Amino acid sequence: MADTITLQVARYRPGQEPEPVFQSYDVPLRKEWAVLDGLNHVKDHVDGTLSYRWSCRMGICGSCGMTVNGSPVLSCATFLTDYAPGPVRVEPLRNFPVVRDLVVDITDFMAKLPSVKPWLIRDDEPEPEGEYLQTPGELDDYKKFSMCINCMLCYSACPVYALDPAFLGPAAIALAQRYNLDSRDEGAEDRRDVLSSAEGVWACTFVGECSTACPKGVDPAGAIQRYKLTAATHAVKDFLLPRGAR
Amino acid sequence: MTYVKPISTFWWLRRGSYFRFVLRELSSVFVAWFVVYLLMLVSAIGSGPEAYHRFLDWSTGWVLVLNVVALLFVLLHAVTWFNLAPRAMVVPHVPPVVVLVLHYLLWLGLSLAVAWVVLR
Repeated sequence: MADTITLQVARYRPGQEPEPVFQSYDVPLRKEWAVLDGLNHVKDHVDGTLSYRWSCRMGICGSCGMTVNGSPVLSCATFLTDYAPGPVRVEPLRNFPVVRDLVVDITDFMAKLPSVKPWLIRDDEPEPEGEYLQTPGELDDYKKFSMCINCMLCYSACPVYALDPAFLGPAAIALAQRYNLDSRDEGAEDRRDVLSSAEGVWACTFVGECSTACPKGVDPAGAIQRYKLTAATHAVKDFLLPRGAR
Repeated sequence: MTYVKPISTFWWLRRGSYFRFVLRELSSVFVAWFVVYLLMLVSAIGSGPEAYHRFLDWSTGWVLVLNVVALLFVLLHAVTWFNLAPRAMVVPHVPPVVVLVLHYLLWLGLSLAVAWVVLR
């Protein structure tokens, strides 16, 4: 095995370049090194001006999402040896404005996130003392959707979001379902207008790449299709049943 | 001063999954064609034996080729749709594979019923 591998890293320095250019760096090829370790090597020993986000380096924080050889991945969980002999092309996440180098602006997602009210909504007045109880079976109903780390790989993989930035997007809808399917939550009705809108689940045309890209097994595509069925059922009920019986 | 990468017109050629998705979207055109074709068939039957035979004569050559292509697209449409069903219909205590198999059995049953009507 060669002892180095070439990283071709997209550099974008506002004011210096009108659009990103690629810069090559040779980094040590070690079997325990992820792409992020290669970037950290560049930052520490070769070129301190390289900018990228990272924090936990263990697939929990969701900061280090990047496009590696064309696919959206967590750079801390993507190993250099899988790309040997290289080169490895490292670009910022697609479908987001690039702030600098590998850093993208996710303001759009941060603005959409609260619109699905991702918190427990209850009508109790006053609040009961102690916890709301839940069985392991009830936990399983939504647990998968609660694993999201907001890493934005699903938005980066989604061609619908690329073509229509108004689309609410995979992670936000999956998170709404995480609360809708929670036995302790009573807010499904409050989330319905946003989810059932043209920019909500109905914008999704089920490419399915969000679920392929997800590093936590959340299956946002499944969450969206499931809500489509829920929304359609609601619409039929609204049409057929008198108000009191819905 | 952020940089927004323009989207290529041929973005759907970049990944196999994007290409398959565009094919599935395109399949809706062929589904619509089959609806039109069926209405034309019904109209021809309603207009008497002569019109019906004219319709059958017309349904050869390029129309036949178009219908074969349309059939392939409709099959793609149906199979991808059925494969999605277990993810949209989550029934408590019922494994996803059962939902999938029931869809295919329903399809088979309806196809047999249509075949019986046409061929008897």
